[in-house]
Amino acid sequence: MASGWQLFLESFWPIVWGGLSGTIPLALASFAIGLVIALAVALARISRNRVLSGIGRFYVSVIRGTPLLVQLFVIFYGLPAVGIVIDPWPSAIAAFSLNVGGYAAEIIRAAILSVPKGQWEAGYTIGMSHATALRRIILPQAARVSVPPLSNTFISLVKDTSLASLILVTELFRVSQEIAAFTQDFMLLYLEAALIYWLFCLVLSSGQNALERRLDRYVAH
Amino acid sequence: MSPTDDGVPPQGPDAAGDPLAPQAAPDDSVLLTARGIRKSFGDNEVLRSIDLEVRRGEVVVLIGPSGSGKTTVLRSLNGLETPDGGTIAFTGGPELDFSAAVPKSGRFALRDRSAMVFQQHNLFPHMTVLQNVVEGPIRVQRVPKAQALAEASALLERVGLAEKRDAYPFELSGGQQQRVGIVRALALKPDLLLFDEPTSALDPELVGEVLSVIKELADEGWTMVVVTHELGFARQAADEVLFMDGGVVVERGAPGDIFTKPTEERTRRFLDRILRPLD
Repeated sequence: MASGWQLFLESFWPIVWGGLSGTIPLALASFAIGLVIALAVALARISRNRVLSGIGRFYVSVIRGTPLLVQLFVIFYGLPAVGIVIDPWPSAIAAFSLNVGGYAAEIIRAAILSVPKGQWEAGYTIGMSHATALRRIILPQAARVSVPPLSNTFISLVKDTSLASLILVTELFRVSQEIAAFTQDFMLLYLEAALIYWLFCLVLSSGQNALERRLDRYVAH
Repeated sequence: MSPTDDGVPPQGPDAAGDPLAPQAAPDDSVLLTARGIRKSFGDNEVLRSIDLEVRRGEVVVLIGPSGSGKTTVLRSLNGLETPDGGTIAFTGGPELDFSAAVPKSGRFALRDRSAMVFQQHNLFPHMTVLQNVVEGPIRVQRVPKAQALAEASALLERVGLAEKRDAYPFELSGGQQQRVGIVRALALKPDLLLFDEPTSALDPELVGEVLSVIKELADEGWTMVVVTHELGFARQAADEVLFMDGGVVVERGAPGDIFTKPTEERTRRFLDRILRPLD
């Protein structure tokens, strides 16, 4: 039997590769799609149209009120019962996108509302439509406010993608599970997986800091 | 850096004419007519039938105590408030009748002709000074980029902010910010400039630099409606002064008449309170 240290080293790159080829693409794709959903839901919630804002509120309530694992299982194991069969990867991306959409919608909504009303009016007075003012004036300022909380959401998502191992997606945690099942070294391999998640998140946090600095360049310090 | 930055007069496309001059001649023809403007916020009736006529080249100053409705009048002229009744029409444009629902295009029609300078400048904090000024011309009016940039630079030069063009608003003093706010409005080449207490948020020592720009614009022949508490400015720059209180125009006339021999008791009391606060 290999020594613990040797097993750690031999399994390190396969697990990291599971992260780079599974976890990170899954998180990035889900986050990108999730942000689009979130922006739409946030705008619906802010809208004066009661039907739209009601739909937005309902969506956020359902997503936040049900476990992510259950959402994932409904899509992958539940939908085939009604004739909709989706592969593991698209199932995972769908579940994570919808989930991020619900949480990030509240962040984006709050960020949009935090931009002073005078900014809308200044946009209007130079002749902008509501949509143009939103795009050119409001969203760039809301983006700065929402980077820290959205980064939190992204880092949570990176870790939550480990749930995809339960619907057969090969990602970081599933690779370590497979090695552990073979070598029976559960403690070592799960701690190793934890360490690698942590390293990934350290890199992401430094990316967040760089982004915040960039977006803060027009604010007095 | 362009050679115009070392004090040499600008030789841009506007070198022939003064960039601060208005597009249309101040020929005293009627530019704007507002009749019977009414507005309530809930139970609070802030405007009870306001009539206003502004002629090309005229400087109309609205004065009056806080809550008298001055700012609401101004915002209505720019479509930032929707009156509950009355009409607003720019000569050559549609007459908007607010007793019925006015379509969105009505608000755009007003903003096509007028531009607002706000009390809290409301510059776009994520854009440089130059970007703030060209945003409307380029994004809304579809002016060619090179032309918009040249015109904006000439305007900034003219109000002494040429070297601040690449600064962000937070890097400017309050007076500089407000001058950029004025240039942003000028760049739209409106027929009518609206000033909403443009110096009220400024430290006292910065008020002069902003008022002198506004006075210069008035001398150039710009048509403007100014809401202000600066009675000295009103006296020097206004062609007509309207004293508002309680949602009505209590008294209107030439500044010489309003300030020296007001006919209404309310006007007299207001002027006394401002000019002799300790009596």
